[in-house]
This record gives sequence, structure tokens and C-alpha cells, in this order.
Amino acid sequence: MKRTRETVIEKFLLSSALITILTTVGIISVLAFEAVKFFREVSIIDFFTDTQWTPLFTKKHFGILPLLSGTFLTSAIAIAFALPIGLSIAIYLSEYAPKRFREFIKPALELLAAVPTVVYGFFALTVVTPFLQKIIPGMSGFNSLSAGLVMGIMIIPIISSLSEDALRAVPNSLREAAYGMGSTRFQTAIKVAVPAASSGIVVSVILAISRAIGETMIVAIAAGQQPRLTLNPLVPVETLTAYIVQVSLGDVPHNSLEYRTIFAAGITLFVFTFALNNISHWIKNKYREKYE
Amino acid sequence: MLNMETEEIIMENEVRLTKKTENLVTGNTGINTEYEIIARNLNVFYGEFQALKDVNMNILPYTVTAFIGPSGCGKSTFLRVFNRMNDYIDGFRIEGEVFVSGTEIYSNRIKLEELRRKVGMVFQKPNPFPKTIFENVAYGLRIQGVKDKHFILERVERSLKQVVLWDEVKDNLHKNALALSGGQQQRLCIARTLAVEPEVILMDEPTSALDPISTGKIEELIFELKNEYTIVIVTHNMQQAARISDHTAFFYLGELIEQGHTKDIYTNPKNKRTENYITGRFG
Ligand SMILES: Nc1ncnc2c1ncn2[C@@H]1O[C@H](COP(=O)(O)OP(=O)(O)OP(=O)(O)O)[C@@H](O)[C@H]1O
Ligand SMILES: [Mg+2]
Repeated sequence: MKRTRETVIEKFLLSSALITILTTVGIISVLAFEAVKFFREVSIIDFFTDTQWTPLFTKKHFGILPLLSGTFLTSAIAIAFALPIGLSIAIYLSEYAPKRFREFIKPALELLAAVPTVVYGFFALTVVTPFLQKIIPGMSGFNSLSAGLVMGIMIIPIISSLSEDALRAVPNSLREAAYGMGSTRFQTAIKVAVPAASSGIVVSVILAISRAIGETMIVAIAAGQQPRLTLNPLVPVETLTAYIVQVSLGDVPHNSLEYRTIFAAGITLFVFTFALNNISHWIKNKYREKYE
Repeated sequence: MLNMETEEIIMENEVRLTKKTENLVTGNTGINTEYEIIARNLNVFYGEFQALKDVNMNILPYTVTAFIGPSGCGKSTFLRVFNRMNDYIDGFRIEGEVFVSGTEIYSNRIKLEELRRKVGMVFQKPNPFPKTIFENVAYGLRIQGVKDKHFILERVERSLKQVVLWDEVKDNLHKNALALSGGQQQRLCIARTLAVEPEVILMDEPTSALDPISTGKIEELIFELKNEYTIVIVTHNMQQAARISDHTAFFYLGELIEQGHTKDIYTNPKNKRTENYITGRFG
């Protein structure tokens, strides 16, 4: 009796795992399948070298670079904003803050990650952009700067929380050694704790980058929908994700070349986030056994 | 070529050494200079719990003093009083006076960083930084702001030679210190401490995590080091205390039961509890 129940539970758990794996495999196959169809019609060389992306125009260009640059620009702004702040928070929480304060502030920070991204998007468009326009005249209503900054706010908790975990995993014996050598608190944090936690900190940043690259709502709402090969943060751009949304929601006929562009963009996106996730896994495993 | 800062450090060290030797030679009896460490009427509390009870001790420069006693009697607590490492513990409170080379170290004017450069510490478990061997030894100079590469290089080499590790690591100075064996790591930690030329070295069971051969090497080392440093060592190993120390202090439940020349403590203990402990009847 008990025996059969155990077997049923085990089978149930196993099938949940299998379903997840199958779904993933299914998604990747569809993505790859459609992308292959796309590349039968568009040369892969054009795809990576053409500097224009205009699949929906009469004069069609299929250069992914403008979408890549849009994705790169918004993500870079987000990381440039979130890294110093997130890391400072992590160092403060793990090396300075009293225990009680940390226990209160950490979940509060993680709440930032729980805000629906559409809210962030509108915050960027209706609060941050108008504010920035007062400081920077000539800035467009859609731009990568405010989208990037707000996306930075969203990923701060990823960096701060994971980096703090990494810092707290640094054995106290190292801090004692540092203090024992006459280090100040700051020196102990910067010269001993942070380097010792560096692999975990790098992982947190990679995950944050991967999150920024995959982020859709904020950039779709606030960064615009104009594929443009530029590094100017003040003009409208379009990211890979925003383009996919634009076409999915539009009235492009299915099974057309125009429609398949989203699979080409999708697989590009997937390759990047997949690579980043693997790098972070690799770093995690490589440095795991550093302290017994 | 030495830059200003390093010159200053060297000057300071020279002045310090001359002063100390003078005092020894002239037998200057000013209480604050004859002894390297003085603890007076010391009471230490962790919250309500009293870990040390009215402890008094004078430690002469260039000697090895061993703290012995059963687990939990307060040896580590007392040792960590001298470089104020207990300060980080919640509920830690201290009464009484502690002088290190004439300075009351629990006064508000003392800078913890300076105290710890003067009073180095070696811990029970080797705790090298996850940096290269070289950077481990250079660490103390770097945080003092020493920039002179040549000076650092020389100091690292000298410190590693002092701990007899140089020949083993000289070709691998830029390898991660965590790749060394436990015994090598512990000698590296001692070298790291020596590199900033402290006056006092505190050692809390420095060999308890090591094999007998490594232990032997460190004991030899301590014997050498006492020519230049004042050493205080906590140990559970009675033979070790007998072998390497000039003075021994026996603690029991937070009280300093007996102290004196190691030879006297071992051959002719005055207190019954000391005798029992040394002969292995308890603890
Ligand atoms: N952080 C702390 N908080 C509260 N009590 C403590 C703390 N550290 C030590 N104690 C208590 O103080 C007493 C002395 O501890 P201490 O570590 O100095 O002993 P010890 O002689 O070094 O022992 P051992 O030989 O096991 O290392 C013990 O009873 C211990 O429980
Ligand atoms: Mg102890």
C-alpha cells in the first residue's frame, strides 16, 4: 500500500521534470526549425553584416546589427547603472550593516524584482523620460537612456542579492586575518572579501546581463521601435525583444518571411542568453571548491 | 630607492628597536617599558558570562609565553585581548588595563589598525587570502600604502626565508596560496605577519591543524623568532609548551591559576590543579 503510493509520487515527480524538459526541447526545435527556413531565404552573411533592419518595409533589409546594438545599448546602460549601486548595497549589507537591518532590507530590495515590468516601462516613459528631457534638451520621447536606467533599477536586486550571498559565503577566518593584519573595515571589504567572492559576484553580473538582454516590456514601451545602428542613448532604438513583440502583436501574416524574422531574432537572443547562463554555470562550478 | 613612506616605516622600526634595547640594557624599571605586555586586573565578559576573572600578567620582550589549560578556560579570549580581536563579538566587555609596549591599548586614542600592525596574529586554522603567495605576504605593506616595488619584493623574500618557506615556493610566488599544503599555508601566514615587522606575535593553537612534521618546523621557527619578537602562544600540547616556551601560564575556568618559568611550572607546580592538568589527570 505504502509502497505503491511511493511509486506513484515518484512517477509524478519524474513526469513533471520530463514535461519541463520536453517543453524546452519543443520551444528550441520550433525556434531552430523556423530560423532554418528563414536562413534559406536570407543569407546569413547579410544577416550579420547589413546595417539596416527593415523587414516590414517594401525595400527589405535583414541586418540584425541595429537590433543587436539596441539590445546592447539598453543593457549596457542598465548594467553601468546597476553594477556600482548593486555592489555597494551588497558590500554594505554583508560587511557593515547590523544583522537586524540586513534582515529587514534584503526582502524589501528583492521586492523591486517583483514589480511587474510593464509598471517599470510606464515609469520610464512617463516619469523618467520627461524628467531627463528637462536636463537634456533634444532627447527623444523614446530613448535607450531612460529605458536602460529603469531596467538598471529592476536588476539592482539581482546583483545586490546574489553578490551579498557570495560575500557572506566568504569565511570569517579571512576577515579575521585581514583585521589581524591591521586592515580597516573598508580594506577588509575591498581587498579581501570582494576578491574572495569575485566568482559569485561575476555570476551575479552575468545573470543580470542575461536578464537585461531578455527584458522586453520596459524597452518595448520606453526605448521605441525604430531599429537603428547607433550608440546614441538619446534617440529611439529597438531591441531584439521589442521587435519580436512588435511583430507578434502586429498583423504580419503567419508563415511569411516577415513573420519568420522573429524566429531569427529569437534564436539570436536565445544564443546570447544561453551562452551567458552557461558561462555563469561554468564559473560557479569552477570556483565552487575553493573553500572546502 | 626607497620612497618616503617606506623610509618612515624603516625609521620607525629602528627607533623602536633602539628604544627597546636601551631599556633592556639599562634595566630601566619604568613599568610600561620593561615589559612588552602588561595586563592588570583584567575582567572579560561575554554578556553576563565572565570569561576572565581578575587576570594579571607581565610579559617580557623577546620571550615565548605559553597559555595552557582545559578547553573553554579563556586562553583564546585572553590572547585576543592583546590585539583587540574580541571587539567584534556581540556583548564583549572588558575591565582593567592592558599595555602593549607602554601604551594602554583600550584607551580611546589608540588606532586599532596601528595596534594590529604592532601585534600580529596567527590563527588556529591556516587562513591565507585567496591570492597569490606573493600577494599574501605583501598584503600588510600594501594596506599601509607602501608602493616601492623593490622594497616589497625584498620584504616578501626576507619574510618567506624567515619562515623557511622560500626554497619551497620561490618558483611559484604567483601561484594561489590555497594550493599549498596546510603546513606551508601556516608558515605563509606567519610570513605574512612578519612582513609588517610586528613587535608581538600572538598564536592561537597554530599547529593543532597540522601534521607532526609541519608542527616540528613551526616549533623550530618559533624558537628562532623569539630573538626578534615577543611571542604568546596558546597550545593544548603540553610537550609543545614545554619545548618552546620560556614562561607558562595555566588557566582554569577563567582564572589565571599559576604562571612562571616553564621549567618551574613543569617540574614543580605550586597548585594542585596545575599539576593535575600537566600530568594529564584532567582536561
Ligand atoms: N563569542 C562568544 N560569545 C559568548 N561566549 C564566548 C564567546 N567566545 C568564547 N566564549 C566563552 O568564553 C569562554 C572562554 O572561551 P575561549 O575561546 O577563550 O576558551 P579557550 O580556552 O580558548 O578554549 P579552547 O581551548 O577550546 O580554544 C568559554 O566558556 C566560551 O564558551
Ligand atoms: Mg581557544
